Amino acid sequence: MIRWSTLFGQKAAPKPVRPESGLLPRDAGGERSLGALIAVLCFLACLAAVGTLAADRASHGWARALRAEATVQVRPRVGETGPAAAARAAETLAGVNGVEEAEAMDRETAQALLRPWMGEAVLNDLPIPFLVTVRLEASAPASALSLSRALAEAGIDATVDDHSLWRGEVERSAGVISLLALAAFLATAFAAGAAIAYATRAGLDARRDVIETLSLSGATDAGIVWMFQRRFGLLAGAAGAVGATVAILLIGGLRALGGDAGLTPALPLAWSDIILLTCCPIVAAAVALVSAWLAAVAALGGRTRPD
Amino acid sequence: MPRSPRRAADPAPSPETVRLSAVGFGYTDRPDVLRDVNLILPRGSFHFLTGASGAGKSSLLKLLTLAEPPTSGRIALFGDEVGQIARRDRPAYRRRMGVVFQDFRLLDHLSVFDNVALPLRLRGRKATDYAGDVAEMLEWVGLSDRAEGLPGTLSGGEKQRLAIARAVMAGPELILADEPTGSVDGAMAGRLLKLFQSLNRLGTTILIVSHDEALARASGARLLRLADGRVTVVKP
Repeated sequence: MIRWSTLFGQKAAPKPVRPESGLLPRDAGGERSLGALIAVLCFLACLAAVGTLAADRASHGWARALRAEATVQVRPRVGETGPAAAARAAETLAGVNGVEEAEAMDRETAQALLRPWMGEAVLNDLPIPFLVTVRLEASAPASALSLSRALAEAGIDATVDDHSLWRGEVERSAGVISLLALAAFLATAFAAGAAIAYATRAGLDARRDVIETLSLSGATDAGIVWMFQRRFGLLAGAAGAVGATVAILLIGGLRALGGDAGLTPALPLAWSDIILLTCCPIVAAAVALVSAWLAAVAALGGRTRPD
Repeated sequence: MPRSPRRAADPAPSPETVRLSAVGFGYTDRPDVLRDVNLILPRGSFHFLTGASGAGKSSLLKLLTLAEPPTSGRIALFGDEVGQIARRDRPAYRRRMGVVFQDFRLLDHLSVFDNVALPLRLRGRKATDYAGDVAEMLEWVGLSDRAEGLPGTLSGGEKQRLAIARAVMAGPELILADEPTGSVDGAMAGRLLKLFQSLNRLGTTILIVSHDEALARASGARLLRLADGRVTVVKP
């Protein structure tokens, strides 16, 4: 290294060492607008992610609830009253393996179930079926077949409904909801990545002169790419943090207002969802790093003729 | 295929910093600017290249800075064939050069200080290490009081001095300067010429492109002329 003081015969007064400036110009590619866009996209992605989790949680909850119960309709024998037949069926079912509890439904309870659908006026004239509600063990629930067999062996004429028809429909519907939420999450993540890639490309195009000067001064392609990766990675990380914070506040508020069931029992939110959202800035930065790398490599590749 | 250029400390550095053999160059759909250019710049030599406007002087510098490949012929830099240098290895060769561009190519978003420090930063040197060297260089080119300013606030002559300071800052083995005194007054031109002469005495190979033949003759350097796409040596 040449000592300029020796060559020039003079020595400059020492100057304080200053922090180095970034080699890329500020706002190369409309970074403020991009930051706002990424923050909004991250916010939407957070909502979609939590929606996916809640839908999945709900579908499992609904299916579990349906799996845990069976309903038995009892037809009394000649000379036997309906309540007596239901009580006999409940006693029989309570002894079956995999049954936690069996209870004959009284007329008032059955009428209460029908009231919203039939109205008060006709309820007293309706032939209300004699029902037994069976609560099944969660770990090893009794099957509809074993319940029917036990009833038949006890000489009880009854029909067992284990809700399998409903359960299938509920699970299918919940699966579709989960998939839609997942698709929304992936779409917003893709949109964020595409926006970053576009901005990186625009930044490279807008400051081609800077890139060329750096390159002609000896900067490596990898070094230039890293400058863009670092710039957009930090930008996306910060924007992701803003978007996630807003989403966390919103979801936390809904969870706090909704009690244990979250906003609604149909779409239950959990505090653990909020912990998951704290990963958003890291994911956003990672998407930015990959997008910026792809865009910068493509742009630099086209900048000069290939070898 | 070479992975990195030989360094000055290598036991047998090439005696030729630059060799052009039957080099041709042209832009698409236009006649060739350079035709059959043969040129050797021995290590530690000092040359002026003159020629009319549009003769291809700047195009020749583009070839030497690896900004463009020749359309024909062969170029060797520091003893290595340019055609054999992989793209990923080019920065290492460029870091052995200091280039003064005709349009300066200053980084407008960086301060004067940071522009001069650029080649040192790209060579991995730390601010604590180079701050004194940069300050000395700025003092010498008369820009120390503008160190914190942006290039956009400088006059044409100041920009030219800044561009030269940046090109020579890292002590390159080869200096390529395109009209380096075109925007400064006679006194400053003489001062800058002395800088190039001093660097040349330290072993730096220098090629200055200039239309100012009088300055070239005053420098005592070998004079080359580019005309009709060919380079000829002008007798002193």
